[in-house]
This record gives sequence, C-alpha cells and structure tokens, in this order.
Amino acid sequence: MTTHTLDIRDLRISLAGQTLVSVNTTINPGEVLTVMGPSGSGKSALLAAIAGFLGSDFTAQGEVWLGADRIDTLPAEQRGIGLLFQDPLLFPHMSVGGNLRFAMPAEEPDKAGRIAGQLTAMNLGGYENRDPATLSGGQKARVALLRLLLSRPRAVLLDEPFSKLDAHLRQDVRAQVFAGLIAAGLPCLLVTHDADDAAAASGPVIQL
Amino acid sequence: MKRKLAKKNFVLPLAPILLGLLVAGPVALGLLMILLPAFGYLPAIGQETLSWQSWTALFDTQGLGQSVRLSFVAGVVTPVIALVSVILFLAATAGTALDRLIRRLVSPLLAVPHAAAAFGLAFLIAPSGFLSRLISPGLTQWQRPPDLLIINDQLGLTMMLGLVIKEIPFLLLMALAALPQLDVPRRVAMARSLGYQPVLAWLFTVAPALYPMIRLPLFAVIAFASATVDVGIILGPGLPATLSVRILGWFNDPDLSMRLLAAAGALLQLMVSVLAILTWLVLEKLIAQGWQLWQASGNRSRFNRSLKMMGFTGLSVATVLLLLSVIALLINAFAGTWRFPSALPDAWTLRHWETTLTSLSGPVINTLVISFVATVLAVILVLAALESEQRHGRSRFTSLWLLYVPLLVPQVAFVFGLLVFTEFMHWQPGLVLVILGHSVFVVPYVFLTLSAAYRRFDPRWAQIGLSLGASADRVFWHIKLPMLLTSSLTAAAIGVAVSVGQFLPTQLLGAGRVPTITTEAVALASGGSRNVIAIWALMQTLIPMVGFILALAIPQLIWRRRRAMRSVT
Repeated sequence: MTTHTLDIRDLRISLAGQTLVSVNTTINPGEVLTVMGPSGSGKSALLAAIAGFLGSDFTAQGEVWLGADRIDTLPAEQRGIGLLFQDPLLFPHMSVGGNLRFAMPAEEPDKAGRIAGQLTAMNLGGYENRDPATLSGGQKARVALLRLLLSRPRAVLLDEPFSKLDAHLRQDVRAQVFAGLIAAGLPCLLVTHDADDAAAASGPVIQL
Repeated sequence: MKRKLAKKNFVLPLAPILLGLLVAGPVALGLLMILLPAFGYLPAIGQETLSWQSWTALFDTQGLGQSVRLSFVAGVVTPVIALVSVILFLAATAGTALDRLIRRLVSPLLAVPHAAAAFGLAFLIAPSGFLSRLISPGLTQWQRPPDLLIINDQLGLTMMLGLVIKEIPFLLLMALAALPQLDVPRRVAMARSLGYQPVLAWLFTVAPALYPMIRLPLFAVIAFASATVDVGIILGPGLPATLSVRILGWFNDPDLSMRLLAAAGALLQLMVSVLAILTWLVLEKLIAQGWQLWQASGNRSRFNRSLKMMGFTGLSVATVLLLLSVIALLINAFAGTWRFPSALPDAWTLRHWETTLTSLSGPVINTLVISFVATVLAVILVLAALESEQRHGRSRFTSLWLLYVPLLVPQVAFVFGLLVFTEFMHWQPGLVLVILGHSVFVVPYVFLTLSAAYRRFDPRWAQIGLSLGASADRVFWHIKLPMLLTSSLTAAAIGVAVSVGQFLPTQLLGAGRVPTITTEAVALASGGSRNVIAIWALMQTLIPMVGFILALAIPQLIWRRRRAMRSVT
C-alpha cells in the first residue's frame, strides 16, 4: 500500500477580504492532526477548501499537496480526499451493500466478495441487503467508515464525526474509526469541539 | 496516479438559457406579432398598410365598455376575495384541526381544472341545480325550477365565484409553501406575550412578512382572472361576454378581416390586465398604510372574534362549494331521469358513458400525449437548469420574474401573436405546436415546484458522493435524482395538471384539429347535455388526479424496502 503525506502549504482562507483561517502544516501517513476552535473560526471552511467544496464567496490562497501531487487545483472527485461528517450520511435509497459498492473504484475485482469480507470483519456479516435506516447508530457509523475506506482515499477529513453519537457509543466508535484510519496509513485532519476527541486522536493539535 | 481528463459538460450550462428562452421567448414574440395586425398589417389576408382602422372598429363594437368592465372587475375583485379568505383563514386556524384538514385537501382540489370546476359549479347552483333541489320544495315551495338567471348572469357574479373557488386553493398552496420560512409559532408567541389575541397576533406579525412572498402568484391570479377564456365561456355573461371571450369569437370568425379586430382586442386585453395589476398596486399601498395605523393603535383584542369567524367561514364555504361541484359532476354523469324537486336522480344509469365512450377516446389520447410529452420535456429542462445552477452558479435566465412572465401576461394577448407568427412561418398547426405551447405554461410551474426541493437538498450528499470518487454526473444520476424522485414526480403531476387544463393554446395552436378533453368540454358549454358535459368534466379531473396519485404511489412502491425514503421530505 502506498502512503502519502498531506501537505498544507500556507493555506489562507478569507471571506470578504478578511482572513478567516491560515494553516501551514504537514500530516504524516497514519497521523491524525486535530484542529480545535470555537464555531465561526473557519474550521469548516478549512475542510471545504481541502476537499474542494469551498463556496464561491470565499477565496483560498496557498497549496495543498498529497505526496507528489498538487491537489487543490483538481475537482473534488479527483482529489482522493475522503470525508466523515457528524451524520453517517448513508445513501438512504441504497442498501448497505449498495452504499459500499458505490464507493469502490470501478476497476476493483470481485466487489461482492470484498464487501462481504469487510462487513464480516466489522461484525456486520450478511448485512449487504439491509436498509441503512434499520441499522443502529453505531452500525451506521461503522458502515460509513467502511464506505470511506473502500473508496481508497489518500487522505481523510473528519468534521466533528462523533458529536451526534450517544455517550456510550462514542468511545467505541471513535476507537474503531481511528484504528481503521491509522491502520490504513492515511493522513487525517480532524475538526472538533471535543477535547476528548483530540486526546483519542493522540496526534498534534492546532488551536484556532 | 492515473488521472482522468476532466470531461467538460458543454450542454449543461446552456440549460438555464434554454429554459429562460422557452418561457419568455414565446411571450415576447407573441406580443410583438400581435402589434402589427393590431395596426392593420396582416399580409396573410392582404392587409399591408398601417392604420388605426381596427381600433376605431374595436371601439365601435356593441357593448365593448361592458366587456372591458367585466374583465377588469373580475381581475380586481376575485383576487381580493381569494387573498382575504386565505389570509384570514391562516390567521384564524393556525394549528387547528380544520387547518390540517384543508391542508390535506388543497392539492387534490388544485388538480380540478378550471373548466371542470366551472361546469360543476354551474350544475350546483343553477336554478335546477343540485343545491336548489336539496332545499326544494321543503324550504322554497318550488315545484319547478325558478326562472332566475344565475349562470351567465349579466354582472358576471357566478363567473367570479367560479374563479374564486379555484384561486383560493392556489393561493393557499403558495402561502403554505412560504410559511415554513417565517417561523410562525415564535412570531405569534412573541406578539401574544405582548397581549395580542391570537388572530391579531398572526395578522400583525406573520401577514406582513408573508404577503411579499405570495405577491407574484397573486399577480398571476389577477392576470388570469381578468383574461380567463374557458371560465368566461362556461359561467360568464353572454351579451356582451367578457373581453377575452369576445376576442376568441372575433378570431374564429369566418370573416378573416375580423382578425385585425381580434388583434386590437388582444392588445386592449393586455392593457386591461395591466390596469388591474396597477389598481392592485394602489390598493396595496392604501392597505399597507391602514395596516400600519391599525397596528400602531396598539389595539390588542378588538375584532378578534369576528375575524376568526370570517376566517373559518370564507375558506370553508369555498372548499365545500368546490367539493360539491365535483359531486354534482359525479351525479350528473350517472343520472337517469331526474325530475325537478328530487334531490337525487330517480334512476342511475351508465347509458351516458356508453354513448360518450367512442367520442372520448381520441381526445383522451391527445390529452395524455400532450401532457406527458410537455411535462417530460419540462422536467428534463428544469432538472438540467437546476443542476447547472449548482455546478456553475445561478443564472439570470432562471430568475423568478422571468419564469412568471407567461403567468403574468394574459394568454389571449400573446397566444394569438404566436399563431400569427406560425402562420407567417408557414408552420402547420398541430400536435407539435400544441405541445410546445403547453410547455410555455408547464415549465414555470414545474420549475417553481422542483426548484424549492432542489435548492434545499443537503449539499453534503453530493459532497460525500464526490469525495468517494464519483463524477458530478454520476452523483446526479445515482444520488440526487433518486433522492429527489418524489419531488420530481410531484412537479410532474403539477405539470400534467397544468397541461390538461389548457384551453386557449390548445384551441389556437392546434387550429381546432387537436381536440383534447378540455377543448371538447368547453365546446359543449353551449347546448351540450348536462350528463355528457359532466362526463367530459370528470375525465378532465380524473387525469390530473391519477397523476397526483401516481406521484405519491410510485415512490412508496420503489422505496418499499427503504424506510428513510418513504417519509415525506
């Protein structure tokens, strides 16, 4: 498996001439960088700029590199940046298997076999045809993680991904997500309010 | 890493432009092409010199002033009644069981085409109609239908009633669509905590914010009421008829030189509708000032009860009338012999259906083909324009005012011009032109319905899709379209309903050779048997109804194993 570093070079995002946030950092494979800050500090804009969804009223300067590729000039779908939001956002019109299949690269051999294997590894064996709406909160979070990993991202951005989970689920899911991302050797950028998230990520922390 | 070359989609950015042109182009062209004949220039009939002749002829026609007055009054009075009913209803019933009941009825009621509602109302309130039979002879001692001119009365009162009962559901739906953005419960709670009684609290805090949001639909109502053709033919006065009805008569006159008169009349109609809207603008200013005085008076409780009563009754009466009208159609369609004071027919029969069936099939097929093609065309175009807007930013071509243009300009004014144009180009009137003509009216409604859902759609779904490596096109086909299926089908059902109800564009652009249910039903207005008319009007109602039922049922069926997709979004 090839791994890359996520290199954010003097990325400065501004709105109406005012600088919202500026970041200059490198995230190594398997490392989770946590960005903390109050709401309105531009955390979401930072993620949107790296992923390629920055609104047209914002301006971004600087460069984002993944390994040897500059990605900030590419359209979102070619950047190889995976996203995890507060909500699992499993496509409600597809089965669990359909969600996973949608994420896999077209050239992937034996999609069905791989999906079955991965679901079993996540304690979700045989769930291919289930309606995502019938899963529990923890199960949805695991399918969302699996979907992300199966799309073979080269880096991952997490936008307060655990904030909507019940307290008793949060620790388990958090541990599982970080374990999965670190095992895959992905550079990760986590945006959060929650100091526990930052501690669990056990990586560097940037305070905005 | 292998990098695919970004495929640039060159067609998509054109969609908003095409949409704007399809909607506003024909109106502009039609108005332009009515100008020349209105001033005497119509080479097709050998008239090639500009003159005022058609105008002097127009002003010399018998009863022109009366026709203009009828159209103008209908254009001002019916929107006032409809708006007041809707506003008072919403103020009086916010959160009550009646509110919920009417909300559920409003969409099916909207599906009843104007002509069908007008026929139903005629069967309901005519001297020998359903209502008079219900109260006779018990209350009235009538053994024979009284000799009263109710339908086609000289003042156009029945016509206006017919317009009002159709305009109310439309305005109500527009208001209900706008209200969720206004955070009504908090506004009302705030005013009530300051001591205002509920109805006044609503009127002072919600109504002024709601009004600007339903102003364009209201203008569309004014334009429609001042220029309706089908309702005018069915319920309006005869000698003289409303201006728009007379224009159609002049246009269809075998004496082709009458077309110059019709063209001048069409321009006059435009002026009457504009005048009605201008009158409204003045009224608006006066009411706004009165409102402020009332509000500033600090009065917290006066009129609360009477306003509440008015709010309940106005809308309930209109809804019941429309429902009874449909019931009157049903009864008439299956009635055998039915002597006068009997409330219900003495015998029921399928005979009328058997005799009408053969003549129904052709127009029904035409109606289905036209409404289906026009709607599919509109939905594709609107989806493409909305998707383009999300990828490339908003376009001036899909601004709200532009899309409302075909609804604000009276049909008689520009559809005649379009016909002049097609004759000039030697295009054969027929199915294709009728479909194009219908889409001018279908597209705005489809756009207004679908754009709300499309713009509200959570952008994170598309972002997740793209971040998983799917192209923008794949995201559209596999994520947005399925998730917006219910909204698209609802918009399509509205499109079908709009198309089915079209009378004038069908009649003119089809040159009478493309009969639809609506043109056939209206043609029966003078002299057709009640039972046969009822059948046509019911068919006219049935097609949009089936459309709405399908729009609800198809998602339930497709998503029967996807729970989250079945809840209404």
